[in-house]
Amino acid sequence: MSDSANTLDSTQKPESALVRWVNQWGSAVVDGITTIGDMTLFSWKMLKWLFTRLPCRGTVLVNFYQVGALSLPVVALTGTFIGMVLAVQSYAQFHAIGLDSRLGAVINSTLVKELGPVLAATMLAGRVGGAMAAVLGTMRVTEQIDALTAMGADPIHYLVVPRFLACILLIPSLTIMADFMGIVGGYFYSVIILGIDHAAYLNHSRDGVTGFDLFSGIFKSVFFGSIIAIVSCYRGFNCEPGAEGVGKAATTAFVYSFVLILAVDLFLTIVMNSIYYTIYPNGSSFL
Amino acid sequence: MNEVSASDDGDEIFEVNYSDKGVVETQYSDDEKPLIEARDVSVIFDDQVVLQDIGLQITRGQTVAIIGESGCGKTVFMKTLVGLVQPTRGEIYFDGEGLHHMGYSELTQTRRRFGFVFQNAALFDSMSVFENVAFPLRQSEVVSETVVDERVMQHLAEVGLSRNVAYKRPAELSGGMRKRVGLARALILKPEVVVYDEPTTGLDPIMSDVINELILDTRRRYPVTSVVVTHDMHTARKVADRVLMFYPRARLNENESQVLFDGPPSSLEHAEDRRVRQFVRGEAGERLTELAHGLSG
Repeated sequence: MSDSANTLDSTQKPESALVRWVNQWGSAVVDGITTIGDMTLFSWKMLKWLFTRLPCRGTVLVNFYQVGALSLPVVALTGTFIGMVLAVQSYAQFHAIGLDSRLGAVINSTLVKELGPVLAATMLAGRVGGAMAAVLGTMRVTEQIDALTAMGADPIHYLVVPRFLACILLIPSLTIMADFMGIVGGYFYSVIILGIDHAAYLNHSRDGVTGFDLFSGIFKSVFFGSIIAIVSCYRGFNCEPGAEGVGKAATTAFVYSFVLILAVDLFLTIVMNSIYYTIYPNGSSFL
Repeated sequence: MNEVSASDDGDEIFEVNYSDKGVVETQYSDDEKPLIEARDVSVIFDDQVVLQDIGLQITRGQTVAIIGESGCGKTVFMKTLVGLVQPTRGEIYFDGEGLHHMGYSELTQTRRRFGFVFQNAALFDSMSVFENVAFPLRQSEVVSETVVDERVMQHLAEVGLSRNVAYKRPAELSGGMRKRVGLARALILKPEVVVYDEPTTGLDPIMSDVINELILDTRRRYPVTSVVVTHDMHTARKVADRVLMFYPRARLNENESQVLFDGPPSSLEHAEDRRVRQFVRGEAGERLTELAHGLSG
């Protein structure tokens, strides 16, 4: 009896483990698709409000201050340090092949095309996105979002649209600030600390960056801003109950925003490069 | 003391009673539609049946208390009445109109006919008390700031709050003050229905009674219909004309109704159902055994 029971168990175990595995993956896929669908509807509702009725100026200005003015110092500081770090990291290789003066072109191009927009977006996702998710999550948990609906106000119109506007309209300025401070930081370290010739550094810097590079960086930043606002607000609106739920909403808002920013960055970079090489077949070169 | 009155257009004749609560009770003619009606409402979250086939009618001017132990679906039902929760099955009708037939703007207009007092007041942290109370007014009507100021101060005074409180943040207020601000906010649009979610939970006995008196006072001042969700029997007895008792679906037999009691508060003590009497007297009874055996709840 005992043997037969053991045999039964041993034949059942692999099957039940497999079923469990399929179940887990199946529900993960269903959850994923549901979340994407839900987030799309959420974005759609937000866009509908954006094109039909804008929120009042007072609500928008508060968010502009939170997103723009308060993020400026941290974005500027990060940009400066990244510019200097790029100079430190690249100098040895460029010095070895005698191209020290080209350092500016590499630093500036990297900053303007990639690091500036991505860094500004990352700082915004961390500083503003996490806070947005936490605030909206707390509002969800304490029934403030229900209260808005009960009073005949639309929570998406009142809470999400101003945050979305603040993110997409101010992230270009923050990106320009990150670019500018990165360029200043790179110049400072290269010319003042490493002693690279000032005129040669500036000449090559100018040659390495085109107007299209600057445009593409700023263009991408608008998408990053949208991602931060939508993901963070969505996570806040769908926050689980309790302090743990709010913490989880803030963390996942940052993580999801960051991953999406990098994925969209890759996609947009490929698209922008294709456009660039179609317009300028010879392209630009550091050398 | 009864008297017969007629509405402005002279079409409807109804009877006005003055109850022992000192509140005007309006009884409409039999053919009048109920103000709020739930028809076979079921709410299911994932696999959990919270409400099943709830049907009830609330007439204009009534104060209905919904009692029941935690997790029986009182708050969910109340949110369903306002359209904050969509029923999985069944319909809610307000003034003869189905909420499910309403478009977005119609539903928004309907919600403005309700005043909602949330369990923890749900005041907006980022605004002052004044801005909280003014919020529904500014959202729904184009009014001058002088009128806003006047009406906000009037409603704060009605709930016993002074001008000094108006410029404080909700975080600076005590639980009782927050509830009163929540009540002032709910009343500022002069709603037809006021819905109270656990209005006395977490308050000391004196403040609980202050809130009960404010609920009665609101009925005296305005011709409102009230729905009070509570598990405070003192509140239910004091403010309600009619009491409904809900029971958790998971602990009922398949054919049993989730509404165990529907009647006047005076009949609660002598209710036929033992579970109602147990709840009213606050006796654990077989719940202790059920919990020890890990039954839901």
